[in-house]
Order: sequence, then structure tokens, then C-alpha cells
Amino acid sequence: MASVDYAARKAPRPQIVTDKVRPEPKGWLSWITTTDHKRIGILYLWTVAIFFVLGGVEALLIRVQLGAPENTLLSPERYNQLFTMHGTTMIFLVVVPVWAGLANYLLPLMIGARDVAFPRLNAWSYWMFLFGGLALYASFFWTPPEAGWFSYVPLSTKEYSPSGGQDAWIFMAHLTGLSSMLGAVNFIATIHNMRAPGMGWGRLPLFVWTILIYSYLIVLALSSLTATVTMLLTDRHFGTNFFDPANGGSALLWQHLFWFFGHPEVYIFVLPAFGVFSEVIPVFARKPIFGYKAIAAATAAIAFLGMLVWAHHMFATPSATVVLAFFMLSSFVIAVPTGVKIFNWIATLWRGTIEFRVALLYAVGGIGTFLIGGITGIFLAVFPVDWQLTDTYFVVAHMHYVAFGGSAFAMFAALYFWFPKLTGRMLSESMGKVSFWLTLVGFHTTFLVQHSAGLSGMPRRVFEYPIDAGWQAYNLISTVGAFIIALGVLVTIVNVVRSLKVGTLAGPDPWKANTLEWFTTSPPPEHNFDAVPRIRSVEPMKDCRRQVEEATGAQQHLESGRPMAHV
Amino acid sequence: MAGFASITLVRRALAPALLALLVTAAPAGAGLVLPEAGPSENAENIRTLYGIILILAVIVFVGVEGVLIFCMFKYRARKGRVAAQIHGNTRLEIGWTVGAAVILVFLTIATFVMLPGIKNPAASDVDMNGNPVAANAAFAATDQGAPPEGDVLNIKVDGQQYVWQYTYPSIDDKKVFAYTDLYVPVGMTVTLDIGSNDVQHSWWIPALGGKADALPGYVNKTWFKVTEPGEWRGQCAELCGRNHANMYARVIGLPFEEWRAWYDEQAADIETAEQEAAEGRRQLEEQQGEEAVEGTGGGQATNTDGESE
Repeated sequence: MASVDYAARKAPRPQIVTDKVRPEPKGWLSWITTTDHKRIGILYLWTVAIFFVLGGVEALLIRVQLGAPENTLLSPERYNQLFTMHGTTMIFLVVVPVWAGLANYLLPLMIGARDVAFPRLNAWSYWMFLFGGLALYASFFWTPPEAGWFSYVPLSTKEYSPSGGQDAWIFMAHLTGLSSMLGAVNFIATIHNMRAPGMGWGRLPLFVWTILIYSYLIVLALSSLTATVTMLLTDRHFGTNFFDPANGGSALLWQHLFWFFGHPEVYIFVLPAFGVFSEVIPVFARKPIFGYKAIAAATAAIAFLGMLVWAHHMFATPSATVVLAFFMLSSFVIAVPTGVKIFNWIATLWRGTIEFRVALLYAVGGIGTFLIGGITGIFLAVFPVDWQLTDTYFVVAHMHYVAFGGSAFAMFAALYFWFPKLTGRMLSESMGKVSFWLTLVGFHTTFLVQHSAGLSGMPRRVFEYPIDAGWQAYNLISTVGAFIIALGVLVTIVNVVRSLKVGTLAGPDPWKANTLEWFTTSPPPEHNFDAVPRIRSVEPMKDCRRQVEEATGAQQHLESGRPMAHV
Repeated sequence: MAGFASITLVRRALAPALLALLVTAAPAGAGLVLPEAGPSENAENIRTLYGIILILAVIVFVGVEGVLIFCMFKYRARKGRVAAQIHGNTRLEIGWTVGAAVILVFLTIATFVMLPGIKNPAASDVDMNGNPVAANAAFAATDQGAPPEGDVLNIKVDGQQYVWQYTYPSIDDKKVFAYTDLYVPVGMTVTLDIGSNDVQHSWWIPALGGKADALPGYVNKTWFKVTEPGEWRGQCAELCGRNHANMYARVIGLPFEEWRAWYDEQAADIETAEQEAAEGRRQLEEQQGEEAVEGTGGGQATNTDGESE
């Protein structure tokens, strides 16, 4: 055997640093021509933020209309347009692309790569997403779509929705669908091929694990959606009859095809949120994640099972009992890996030293909220019970507990956690805490009573309800809660705008965190890293600090109770 | 693991208390924490099943959320405290995976035990002549599903923007249909064949059981049996267009004789209305015929030009 020079092997690979040779591109044109994953990530995140505000304003208008019985503020037409735009915006333009944006920024940094695998494709993904959103919102100047975010046929066919708004919705689904799929292919190629030396599958950060699974789900599910909306397009304009029962088509077919996308979509927007929880909690509990393998495996299991539960959205349709039973059981089974994740996060907090930073508060608040959404999901999975609950405000509540508790709380946790990395400045913790408590209290005020509204018979998507229906109190409470959420979000918006200018300088690693993105400067240079350390565990930064401590004797670990930013 | 132990204690103490609370509060809890249920077995069974899930849900919720909040208080960072560097615990992890699965197996069993009482139509208490049916005459065997022996009232329900139409079976060669208000006899099992003439709708009277979607091209089935006279309201539950919110339905339960009287009166009204309409049509046709004769001077020409007029 020839002798191996182990020292040379362990040394970081030489890199040529070019940031001093070519100046950083500046000006607005550089943002349009950029292929830098970090700039594209920031474009995504700002675009999502704007759509989030638009979707939020639509939600407030809906809540104002429902705040009083027999309210005449909005016409039925306008009301249907608003909830269609709200749902479509929040699903297609917020909770899914926000993870594309965040992963764009963080994924190459977390795995120690220079960029994503296909930077120009990445830029194209962003621009298609933006124009998908603009196509939808352009309809506001004519007639917005009004058949709901799942656009059931026959209501969405030419006969019953003749306006171009429905076509704008189809166009939006095409553009954002293609954007998501190309982005997903990019993430998959990047994660499979561009990991830092030593980063095996067992050392992949859990957020990256969830982005990998999210990407595979997008490839599988979004292809169904783009095909389905194309069928609707040809039914509307080119004389096909896929969904017309009078000509051999089927109205039920749309539901199957749509939910074959629609339910995996839930996991598409909630798995990366789980990834954020799995990154934030160990850092602020100052503990390794509990059961890394179980969490990664649960992510894959949820995604696999998530492809097999779609018809639980269709329990009230004319379907055979054996079909209903299958989808009840598959929905039950998916609760197990989801529960495992929640137990693992709690076990990570157990016997830790928990620092009440805003990112942690949002993560724990998100888990506590999502738990309720998970539990109400069990009620809905039992199909005879679902016959009472489906299409009521109980479902509206459940769905917001999942989407807001899961995805939106994780969005805010991610914002407070990674803002220092993205901008080089800290967000105000005190404003963040005010924002968190307002959002949490506002959220539960809005949505908890909606379970009761649904149980007492209030269907979703009604623009008004009679005075004697007995739903007035629930709706008024809900409307007040919506404005508390809005206030909470507003505080964070002010915090972001203010901190961009006056926030405390963060330094490369303000939280003394675990993953590789904290190894480089904040914000990182265009080429990300001058050198990448060899990865020896799932917490490379902890390893680095330990090495520095051993080599220099200077204390690097946290003395508990003192925030690391000031060490 | 002291925390887990105390949670178990809480569970043991809490579960029976909750069950007792739920049973006594069932009528009062309708709407607030339980689904609506009126005098129809299927709705009552759904509510019972919901109650079983609710008890388990509350236990899981209190247990998990309790430990989460407990951790947040107990393990808050303080000076001198060091975090335990635990990477996992295989036995614990297998334990809670199995635990979650066991709860779901229990729920599966509960669901399939309750299902026949929700899905299969019950037997009628009265026959089509209004005579009571003996209680033990209903079922030949306990596992017998739909259709039950004895008479049932089968009504065709059609959704259309934005009204429900009901077509009754023909009794004594009478033709009866109605809109919005569905009159039914007390004690008679009513089976519904639900369809749609245009977009999707969903039939739902909360107090009388679950929803059944109305899709064009499909027939969906559900049933109810009211055991006392009364009036139960509901509305379309699937977005069907701009006035979805105003597509109401009402079931009105009448004692058999009164219902039969309503049926006959409705049949008579429809017949009168149809005769009047037919008379109106005939008069119109005659009028048109005369005009055509005056205009063209020949009946033959009217027929060929009829289309374009």
C-alpha cells in the first residue's frame, strides 16, 4: 500500500478568490441580470413579502365583511373574488415560493457550495414566479377569478365563469408551477452534487433535508397541476370536454387531479417549515437535535404518504365506502411521522438551556399552533365525521392552523433567525417579541372560534349570513383577531425596514449557531466562502468552535444565560 | 422523566372527568364544541363519534402542549445551567411512535363500529299508509344494510343555482315536486338521490346528518329520519357561484296525516298550475294562429315560418 498524505487530504481545497478582482455589480439593472443565488433569494423574499401583504389585506376585507351579519359592504361578486385571490395568493405566491426564496439564499451556504447547480435556470424560475403573480394580479384591473383557489368545475368552466379572470388564474398556475418545478430540479441537482467535503446524507442540515423532499414533492405534484389546468384551459377555449358530464367528461375528475396536487402541496409548504423548526430549536436550546435520523426519515415518510391522501378532501363526493376508508387510513398513518417530529422537537427542548429569542418564540409558537391543526386533522380524516365538518368554518380553522401555524410562524422564525445573515444586521428583539405575542394572540383569537362557527353550521365561502343564524359572536371575535394579527405583522415590517438601516451589526455568527452558513461573513461575499471546512458532523460550526477552543484556549462556547451576540 | 409521569397522572384523572362532562353537556355543547344533531340517528351517531375523538384529542393536546409549555418554563436558560447533550433515545422514540399508532388503531375501530349507524338508512317507523311498523319487524339480521325493509320515502334532490328542487315519488299517480322546503313525514326514513343540474352544490342540513355533494353527472345518496315534528335549516355547502350564501334548504317534519294532506294539496296545486299553463299556451297558440292567418293568408306558411318568428 502506498502511503497516504493524510495532512494534505484534510487541508481545505484551494480556492481562487475573485471578489477583489471583479467589483460587485451595482444598480437596479444588476438585480435584473443577476444569477447569484443570494440576490435571487432576496428577490423572491421581497416579492413574497409584497404578496403576503396583499393577501393579508384581502383577508382583512373578508373579515370586515363577515364581522356583522347581513353586511352589505361587499357585493357577492367582489367577495368571491377576494377569497379566491386571498387563497390563491397565500398558497401559490406566499407559502410555497417563500421556501424557494429562503432555500435559494441558504441552501448553497448550508452545504458549502458556491451557488446552485444551474444559476441561470434559477434566475428564470424567479422571473416566471414574478410574472405568474403579476398575471393573476393584472386581473384586478378587469375581472378577477371568483371560483375559489381550487377552481372546481363546472363553476370554473366558460359557461359559469366566462370572464378572463379564470384564465389569468390558469396562467398563474402554469407560470408558478413551471417556476417551482424548475427551481426544484435545481435544488435536487445542487443537494445531490455540491455538498461540502465530508457532508454525507447523515450530516445534511435538516432544513436542507426538507428542501430536498419538498423539491421531489414539487416535481411529482406540480406536474399534475399544470396538466390539470391545461385541461381546463382547453375545455374553456378549444372545445375539449374533459370535465363536461354532458359530453362524456367528469366533474369529479377535476377534484381527483387537483387534490393529487393539492394535498402534497400542503406538505410542500409545511415540510420546509418543519426544517426551520429543526434548525432554530437546537440552536436556542443549546442542544443537539433529538433523533436526527428519525426527523429526516419522518420527512421522507410524510412526503411519501402525502401522495396517498388526496381524496380526504372529497369525502362528501359520491365515492365508494372502500375508497373513503382507504383515504381515512392513509390520513391516519401520516399523523404518525408528523407526531414523531413534534415529539422530537419537544425532546430537543427537554433539559436544554432555552434562550427566549424571537426566532425561538416563533418556532415554539408555531409548533404549539400546528399541533392543534394536526389534531383537528384527525377529526377531518374520520370520513363520517368529515361529512359534518367539510366545507365549513371548521375546515377554514383547521387549514389556517396548519398553514399559518406551520408555514407562516416558521416564516417569521426564519426571518428573525437568518435576517442577520442576509443583511449583516440584527432585527430588534423587543419589537420582535411584541410582534410575536400580537401575532400569536391574534391568530388564536381569529381561528379558534371558527371551529365553533363550523360546528354550528356555518359553511365556508358565504358572503353573508342571516342575523338569526347565531354566528355573529364567533365572526365578530374572528374579525377582531384578524386585525390583531395585522398589527403584529405590521410591527415586524417596521422592524425590518428600520433594522436594515439602524440594526446592530451582526458579525458572521451572532447566535453561535450550528450550520455552515454562519461560517462566512454576513452578508456573504458573492462567492460565499473563501474556504470550506471539512464536515465531521451535523453541527460543523460547533466543531469549528471546539477546534478553536482547543487550539487557542479562548472560550468559544456559550455561558448559559448570556446572549451570544454580546460575547 | 418526572414531567412525563405527572402528565400521565393528569391524563388518568382527566379522562373520566371529561367523559362525564361531555355526556352531560352534549345538548348544550352542540355548535360550540360538538356538531349539531337533531332527531335523526345518523346525526346523533356522528356527534357521538366526534365526541370519542374529542376526548382523545383533548388528552393528546393537553399532554403534548403541556410538556411543551413545561419545557419552556423549566429549561429556560439561566446562569450556570448546562444543556444536556442528548442525541436521541431509540426506545423512547419507538415508544411514542407505537403510542401514536395505537391511538389511531382505536379510532379506526371506533369509526367502523359507528359507521353502519351513520351510513345505512334506518328502518321506517311508519309505512306508506301512515300505519306504525312494529319495532322488531324492521331488520331480518343485524348486519343488514340499505335498503331496509318496509317503506322508505325516496326523494330526488337536484341542486341548481341557487335553489334546491325536490321530486317526490308518485302516490296515486300524482306528480309532486317542491323547492327549498322539503316536507317529510315523521318516523319515515327518507332517502335522498342527490344530483345537480349545473355546477357543484352540497346538500346539508346540520341537524339531520352530514353533507352529500351534488355533482352533475353523478347521483349521491344520503338519508335521514326525523322522529319528531319540527323544522331544520341548512344551506348549500359547496361554492356554487355568487349567491352561494343564499341557497337555503329547510326540512319540515309533519305527522304522517298532515304530511299526506300537504302532499295531496301540493299535487292539486301543481295540477291546477299546469292546467292553467296549458290553457294559457293553447290560447296563445290560437291567438298566434289567427294572427298568422290574418298576416299571410294561409295556415301552411305559418308552420314553415314558425321557427323564425
